[in-house]
Amino acid sequence: MQLFSCPFCGPRDETEFHFGAEAGNVRPEPAASTSAEAWADYLHFETNPKGPSREIWVHTTCGEFFLMERDTVTHEVKGSQSLRRGEA
Amino acid sequence: MTRRYSAFGLLREGLRGHTGWQPAWRMPDPKPAYDAVIIGGGGQGLATAYYLAKNHGMTRVAVIEKGWLGGGNTGRNTSTIRSNYFYPESVALYDFSLRLYEGLGRELNYNIMLSQRGLVSVANSDAEMEIAARTVNAMQINGVDGELLGAEQVIEKAPLLNTTDRARFPIYGGTWQGRAGVARHDAVAWGYARAADGFGVDIIQNCEVTGFLVENGRCVGVETSRGTIRAGAVGLATAGQSSVLAAKAGFKLPIRSFALQAMVSEPVKPCLDTVVLYPGTGTYLFQSDKGEIVVGGGLDRVLSYGHRGNPPMQTQVLSGLLEMFPSFGQLRLMRQWAGIVDVVPDSSPIIGPSPLPGLYLDCGWGTGGFKAIPAGGYLLAHLISTGQHHEISRPFDLDRFASGRLIDEAAGSGIPH
Amino acid sequence: MSARRIGRDKGTLSFTFDGRPYKGREGDTIASALLANGVKVVGRSFKYHRPRGIWGAWSEEPNALVDVTVGGHSTPNLRATTEYLRDRMAVRSVNASPSAVADRHGYLDRFARFLPAGFYYKTFLWPDWHLFEPRIRAMAGLGRVDPQNHPAADNPFINAHCDVLVVGAGPAGLAAAMSASAAGKSVVLVDDHAEAGGSLLQRDAEIDGVPGPQWAADCVAALQAAGQRVLLRATAYGIYDHNLACIWQRRDWAPDAQWRIRAKQIIVAAGAIERPLVFPDNDRPGVMSADAALFYLKRHDILVGDRIVLATNNDGAYAVAAALQKAGAKVIVADTRKSFAAEIARGLQVKQGVAVEAVHGTNGVEAVTVGGMRLEADCLLVSGGYTPTVHLFCQALGKLRFDEAIAAFLPGNPVPGMTVIGAANGTFGLAALLAEAHSAGDGAGEPPRSAGDEPPFRIEPAWPAGGAKGRQWIDFQNDVTLKDVELAARENFRSVEHLKRYTTLGMATDQGKTSNMNGLAAMAAITGRTIAETGTTTYRPPFTPVPLTVVAGRRRGELFNPMRRLALENAHRAAGAAFREYGGWLRPAWFGSGSAFDEIQREARQSRETVGILDGSPLGKIEVMGPDAGALVDFNSYNTISTLKPGRIRYGFMLTENGVVYDDGVVAKVADDHYIVSCSSGHVAGVTMRLEEWRQDRFDPARVVVHNSTPQWATLTATGPNSKKLLAELGLGIDLSDEALPHMAFAEGRFQDAPARVARVSFTGDRSYEISVPTGRARALLAAMAEIGWGLDAVLLGSEALLLLRAEKGYLIAGKDTDGTTMPHDLGVSGPRDKRQGEYVGKRSLFTEEAMRDDRKQFVGLTVDGREPLATGAHGAETNSGKRRSLGYVTSSYFSPTLQRPIALGLIERGQSRMGEEVEIFHLGEIRRARITAPCAYDPEGARLNG
Repeated sequence: MQLFSCPFCGPRDETEFHFGAEAGNVRPEPAASTSAEAWADYLHFETNPKGPSREIWVHTTCGEFFLMERDTVTHEVKGSQSLRRGEA
Repeated sequence: MTRRYSAFGLLREGLRGHTGWQPAWRMPDPKPAYDAVIIGGGGQGLATAYYLAKNHGMTRVAVIEKGWLGGGNTGRNTSTIRSNYFYPESVALYDFSLRLYEGLGRELNYNIMLSQRGLVSVANSDAEMEIAARTVNAMQINGVDGELLGAEQVIEKAPLLNTTDRARFPIYGGTWQGRAGVARHDAVAWGYARAADGFGVDIIQNCEVTGFLVENGRCVGVETSRGTIRAGAVGLATAGQSSVLAAKAGFKLPIRSFALQAMVSEPVKPCLDTVVLYPGTGTYLFQSDKGEIVVGGGLDRVLSYGHRGNPPMQTQVLSGLLEMFPSFGQLRLMRQWAGIVDVVPDSSPIIGPSPLPGLYLDCGWGTGGFKAIPAGGYLLAHLISTGQHHEISRPFDLDRFASGRLIDEAAGSGIPH
Repeated sequence: MSARRIGRDKGTLSFTFDGRPYKGREGDTIASALLANGVKVVGRSFKYHRPRGIWGAWSEEPNALVDVTVGGHSTPNLRATTEYLRDRMAVRSVNASPSAVADRHGYLDRFARFLPAGFYYKTFLWPDWHLFEPRIRAMAGLGRVDPQNHPAADNPFINAHCDVLVVGAGPAGLAAAMSASAAGKSVVLVDDHAEAGGSLLQRDAEIDGVPGPQWAADCVAALQAAGQRVLLRATAYGIYDHNLACIWQRRDWAPDAQWRIRAKQIIVAAGAIERPLVFPDNDRPGVMSADAALFYLKRHDILVGDRIVLATNNDGAYAVAAALQKAGAKVIVADTRKSFAAEIARGLQVKQGVAVEAVHGTNGVEAVTVGGMRLEADCLLVSGGYTPTVHLFCQALGKLRFDEAIAAFLPGNPVPGMTVIGAANGTFGLAALLAEAHSAGDGAGEPPRSAGDEPPFRIEPAWPAGGAKGRQWIDFQNDVTLKDVELAARENFRSVEHLKRYTTLGMATDQGKTSNMNGLAAMAAITGRTIAETGTTTYRPPFTPVPLTVVAGRRRGELFNPMRRLALENAHRAAGAAFREYGGWLRPAWFGSGSAFDEIQREARQSRETVGILDGSPLGKIEVMGPDAGALVDFNSYNTISTLKPGRIRYGFMLTENGVVYDDGVVAKVADDHYIVSCSSGHVAGVTMRLEEWRQDRFDPARVVVHNSTPQWATLTATGPNSKKLLAELGLGIDLSDEALPHMAFAEGRFQDAPARVARVSFTGDRSYEISVPTGRARALLAAMAEIGWGLDAVLLGSEALLLLRAEKGYLIAGKDTDGTTMPHDLGVSGPRDKRQGEYVGKRSLFTEEAMRDDRKQFVGLTVDGREPLATGAHGAETNSGKRRSLGYVTSSYFSPTLQRPIALGLIERGQSRMGEEVEIFHLGEIRRARITAPCAYDPEGARLNG
């Protein structure tokens, strides 16, 4: 039962959160000029790091998506950051 | 010295204090070069080495294991074997594996305790019964033994199931595969290891791969904690660490790592004779030959490489278990552990050439790699020795993510991803 | 003679063991009560059915497992040493029949030489394992499950947090808790015994001038007075991420609880466990841990024997010997060390440099051979040193180091948020551990002061090594002997994990608390490695077996996954609804007490003739508002929505990024900056979340908001030819003319004094109106509609009739008539894919190689001859050169009361180009033939929408 920190609501139980995606996975556009490989890379392929990781999470109770830095081995949470403009 | 296992051998050795048993495998130092190197001394890697030697005559083969053989997911899974799949591609793969399993004990001269006690997957509503019918019909069309059971037949298979009217998930019926079952997971790894060693394969434990040797854009060996080892071809069978090794080889995979927990109760006398799966609660279970109730469930919700359990999923799985089997509330949780599984978007494995020529992939088995050990090994051996796909492995190539031809078993039951 | 109670009070609690009646005291454990009654054999070992007695005093006990029946319900595998005796308990030994002392499988021990570690891997291959397995299973297992005993789901979770959690209320734990409390910290102190004090309750010690037990009681009183929490009979069984401790608390006054305590610091003062010495027949009943003997003497007035041999390799056992001698036993100490400096009590006989060579007696100790000399004895106590209880430290990812001086693994690295003290940290002297504990608690001032000099703890480990004679037990419960370790080494199962798995060492219910250390030391000696090189296996939760009910908690029955309930549930119930669960909602499936088939047919037929009233409240109503609302809704949809005129509605799909149909539904454009997205009841949370995600990812969150208003509105639908009349009489203040409110239009009016929304959309193919009012007005609206409907011959519609009506029209249900591969062009809707400019979710995936194939499964209707509908879940199939192949499947199938024939929908390969063709339909081995048609079987022109 991990303790995650929502930048808006503070530390909360992990069960209130959903994993969104790895940070920095930019949607390739427009569709017409996106290769099948580039689209597959966006859709499916992951760095999946062992150790420090930057991830997008959503706090389901307040609905905010945010950036969390944590370690996938020790589960240490380094910090959370809002994605609102001017805050990230 | 006694090498061959038999009741007679046991009797003979029993009379002389078991001093004549030969090592199950040698503990060799790595040689500078092999025809093939398999990374990962789990079931899949060991099976690959075995089939390279047996089917393709390749015996200058090394299996390189970071820790102790069979110590990854092979030693952490709940050892269920089944081929009750929906898509023909999946059936071809998993039923091939089941058929290999069916003769494996004698083939390897090692009792892997394959127990084909059958698996019942319980349906809890009319809608689930419709999906159950869809699944059973798919199995029958694809030539796999599948039956649609009514509620009474399900309860006959597992009499301790919750049949009270307080049950959150009433029993409407279910699907049944009689050939499904369980096997002793460690024995599968050890049996393959012993047989591969018998062919002259070097099984090298406590040897970690730190990088890949690449010449002219081709993988020609591995760097390890015990020196450089050159190889004609390299196979990757490192469930739970696939992305880490892929990163060392310079590419990404469509894999996320999650912990999958398993739990066992204290042993009790026989009270459950089949494998039971409850999609409603996400819990599945069986009773081990030792008497423990072995329980598994869904993945933990947080991506992780940490080999440990987490209370929310334990509560979820065990409350699901007790919802199904109220009398098991008498039992106690004796052990729990977790394995790190490769989760692929379509929950099907990845078998085929990697983006780095000379390196072949066998990964992405998710929560179900154990049942595919013989097939995974057989197919990876085929790839390594011929450089070509076996027809069974072709659909599972990494190229399906760009083509969109995913093989998503959940999709067959109407779940969009 | 054997163990007996030396106090006068024999107790008043009645109990039976293996059918024989005994008496015990209040406060007895089952084990102490058995000892008090001189019961020697309490169980049988797992594999060889060797007779076994009580070894330990607490959770380390490997032998004394029992099935306990209280009040008619029995529970298997309880540890006699940690279960308190209750009146009229029926206790049975496990794995023994008819009784522990006369077990009919006792003969197995004579065949032990043919059943070494892992023997089953080497045999049972011919003819087949399946022949042997049932017999092996019947022999295995310990206790028995009582099929009638269904423990209630009444074990609560109690969450708490604190500055310092102290695990263990022995001298170290108490001193640490006192110190932390004095430093102003919030403290929780837990201990799994019923009384605080730990070793102070059995050792002669004084702290701060008072006897140990008094000091312990004073500490507890002081902590409680300071507002700190002290939990007794509470076992900290698991440490999880971010310093969360899970604790099983046994409560006599209420069901057991699971505490989940998040602590800034966890101080582990869990003590140490005495381990056996390894010698031939060291598993005999009457061979017992020396520490346990002292425990039973001091806490339960039990003298474990009159003629005791105490075998040791360390100084710790001498205090035990002295206490037993003082209590009246004749004690001979057999020390494996040639010389030592322990203080020897007067009159104590000591033999130096000798080991136990034989234990005589089968069901109890009769004599012991030590150093070639036979000593008559009725009890053999053993002290092989102490294994610090480092389990919780390892669970917190701590690493161990081997300490040669005390021959034990100790915490080897700092773990943030955790401190290990006292015996668990290898600090055995009282003064030293009090000082260590005081400093761990961060308190000011001086640590508690203990009286007297204490010599340092000294041990010369006598580790088991290869080549030994006889059968020497390492793991009692699982019957792992030293020879088994040798066999494992010989066969190259040399890693500690291989040793464990191959021999099952440490895998019994005591989880190796007494066996692991000896096992790995033996492996080290046999393979010529150090113990440090050999290493240990991983410690995982739980520390000791925990009831599944305590881990599962109260979330069972309906709480396991609470159903969503309609505001009008009671009204529907009163109207005779039969309820079923749909997408998590409990909804009326049909009304009336006739057969389900008849009632559903009646409802469907009548609603086509008059008007049906349906509770559609679970249908999603997600409001998207703001200047960018149109752009967000467009991006989320396969069909462009924003081009609608305000007050109009459009049907369309939502795709996943994989291009697969995630859901379908209608979107109403209320105004340029206000849309209402409707979706299936089971997809409300998912659709809301994806709108929210794209809103935050691609849009300026200040210019568009998403709000799920589903629970705030109740929706009742009127469908059928009379629906317009019904609406008219409701008097919503809306112009109902087809010009003002045509099909696919939206209007706002008032119902009584509340706002009402009317959407003219149809899921039946008939003229329909969805009326939404605030949930609080649902009852009034239903009453009004029923009142008006009475005169219009209206019918209440359940979900099943609705499913039938929409199937007649070929309207699909996402997730039922689509699967996880279905794309919109498979459903015959390819306009946006072909023409739509700009980005939307899933667009690129509609053009992959797979999406372009011409053999995709497509949505079609299926008709059959006769009156018997196809089975839903049946497959379309074709047979080529004897091999059958699936072409897709039947997704919905009904008997249509209006058409008086079966109708069906399905996904069939190339279905849209096979109209009129026949296809084989396979169901459970039976074949029927069906004709492929368009999905819509009824009113294909859509005339009834305005009828």
